[in-house]
Amino acid sequence: MDKTFAARRRRDLIIAAVLAGLAALAPLVIKDVYVQNILILTLMYAALSQSWNILSGYCGQISLGHALYFGIGAYTTELLFTKFGVLPWFGMLAGGVIAAVIAMGLGYPFFRLRGHYFVIATIVIAEIGLLLFQNWEWAGAAMGITIPVRGDSWLKFQFMRSKLPYFYFALALCSLAWFVTWWLEDSKWGFWWRAVKDNPEAAESLGVVVFNSKMGAAAVSAFLVALGGAFYAQFLAYIDPESVMGFQFSLLMALPAVLGGIGTLWGPVLGAAILIPMTELTRSYIGGSGRGVDLIVYGALIVAISLALPQGLVSLFSRSKAKGATR
Amino acid sequence: MGLLYGLIAVGLALIFGLMDVTNFAHGEFLMIAMYMSFFLFAFFAIDPLLSAPLVAAAMFVFGAVVYLLVVRFAMRAKANAGMVQIFTTFGLAILMRGLAQFFFTPDYRSIPQSFAGGKTVSVAGIFLPEPQLIGAAVSIAAFAGLYFFIHRTDFGRALEATREDPGAVALVGIDKNRVFAFGWGLGAALVGLAGAIMAVFFYIYPDVGASFALIAYVTVALGGFGSVFGAFAGGIIVGLVEATTALVLPPSLKSVGIYAVYLLVVFIRPRGLFGSM
Repeated sequence: MDKTFAARRRRDLIIAAVLAGLAALAPLVIKDVYVQNILILTLMYAALSQSWNILSGYCGQISLGHALYFGIGAYTTELLFTKFGVLPWFGMLAGGVIAAVIAMGLGYPFFRLRGHYFVIATIVIAEIGLLLFQNWEWAGAAMGITIPVRGDSWLKFQFMRSKLPYFYFALALCSLAWFVTWWLEDSKWGFWWRAVKDNPEAAESLGVVVFNSKMGAAAVSAFLVALGGAFYAQFLAYIDPESVMGFQFSLLMALPAVLGGIGTLWGPVLGAAILIPMTELTRSYIGGSGRGVDLIVYGALIVAISLALPQGLVSLFSRSKAKGATR
Repeated sequence: MGLLYGLIAVGLALIFGLMDVTNFAHGEFLMIAMYMSFFLFAFFAIDPLLSAPLVAAAMFVFGAVVYLLVVRFAMRAKANAGMVQIFTTFGLAILMRGLAQFFFTPDYRSIPQSFAGGKTVSVAGIFLPEPQLIGAAVSIAAFAGLYFFIHRTDFGRALEATREDPGAVALVGIDKNRVFAFGWGLGAALVGLAGAIMAVFFYIYPDVGASFALIAYVTVALGGFGSVFGAFAGGIIVGLVEATTALVLPPSLKSVGIYAVYLLVVFIRPRGLFGSM
């Protein structure tokens, strides 16, 4: 049993390395800016969903308020950059740390709540964050922040001429989130989280500190999501509260993991790889009419996948693999 | 206003609270109901307050059909049932918004004049707008009706039993799907009433539901899942808190008070005010 587990983990790592390598070579073939754009978004959503999956999938604490951490990452980076001239690289880390600290601060009261009460609390806290940012004059209020152009360099993390650097950063972020998940899966934390998810009382009685496990998951998850937020802000060069902190975003972050397979290593990547290109393509090819046909198709697809594959797309793969992935 | 929130929440309290099915499309049910009363007014000049029973009846059918066609299958999921329900109904919400945009265009619409619109009634020197008063009365009646229905009729008992243990219920000859389809229909009919009344004094557009839906979830959770009276109390509290916050903070922040009160309540009582689950 242990041997097959170890073998599976090695195989996962090799597959991931090959996929990342192939993805890194993709821009050699794909020159179209529009397609590159979709790839960047796909990688970003895969990274976000992977991070969300740590708290909500592995640890079982369903959060529909992760837009809060995304927004904090985006806003910390841009406020430091535009108001104090701090380089986005430091801002990104600062955003991650702030998000992790806030996640733990919120976790203190939140993790006493169960089920719907917890989910609604996460929605509500993100909504409070959204309203506060919408009314915070210094941070641009509802108008948001336009990020000034300071040149084309890795130092300032701004690129005008090509989208490729963003692509490689998104790939790195996605790989990081995947690797962190892979690494945690086999760590003490990973086993604790699954125990907490399956049966918190039993876990507690066996010596798992349930509360600390949840806090750890929340901090890692929030940190990674905030990095994604910082990236998104630099990528779009414009942020406003609704677009980085809205409730829709929390759902969009969770969606790839849920459709791909919640609480699994490959679920988020698989879900994002299918969902995001589909969303973007329907939006640009049939969304132009402004009559909501893209929404109809998108909504119907979500309903169809949720109903047809409640365990996510990963369950389509070999039975043993799916079984191994959920255990 | 509180009683109106209560009226939106009562339908949700039935679906979300009593049957324990997450419904993220509740706001879209409200939106559909508002459009129904708008078109009844636009084409047949039926006043929204008079067409309310018609809208409620139509919504009953709609809710039951949605349950039988979609939600029934979402509830069958063995693994992570909660997420399947959330995202199935979320997908449904997007679908309904898309359909509304397609058929009704994203334009803002409003019902210019209702026979009660614009009039005010003076109660002990305080002037109250008439539609709001009617809304409040309907809301109280709806709550009382639902409370009676859940606690005093066979159907109410069947509903609660079905949630508790669908297997055992099947043994005594109750069809789970019939009970739940009826429950969904009833929940949708209640939100239909709310929609018909709200159509009088709110703009109608495809995304209108979203803003009210979140407040409805908070209302139900604040009162506590599984309690009709809780949702009613939750609605009144939410209305009062919103009005008070609006006095202290800028109007754009008025919802912050509601959310803060929710958090405060569940930190002290993790099951909401009157919750049983």
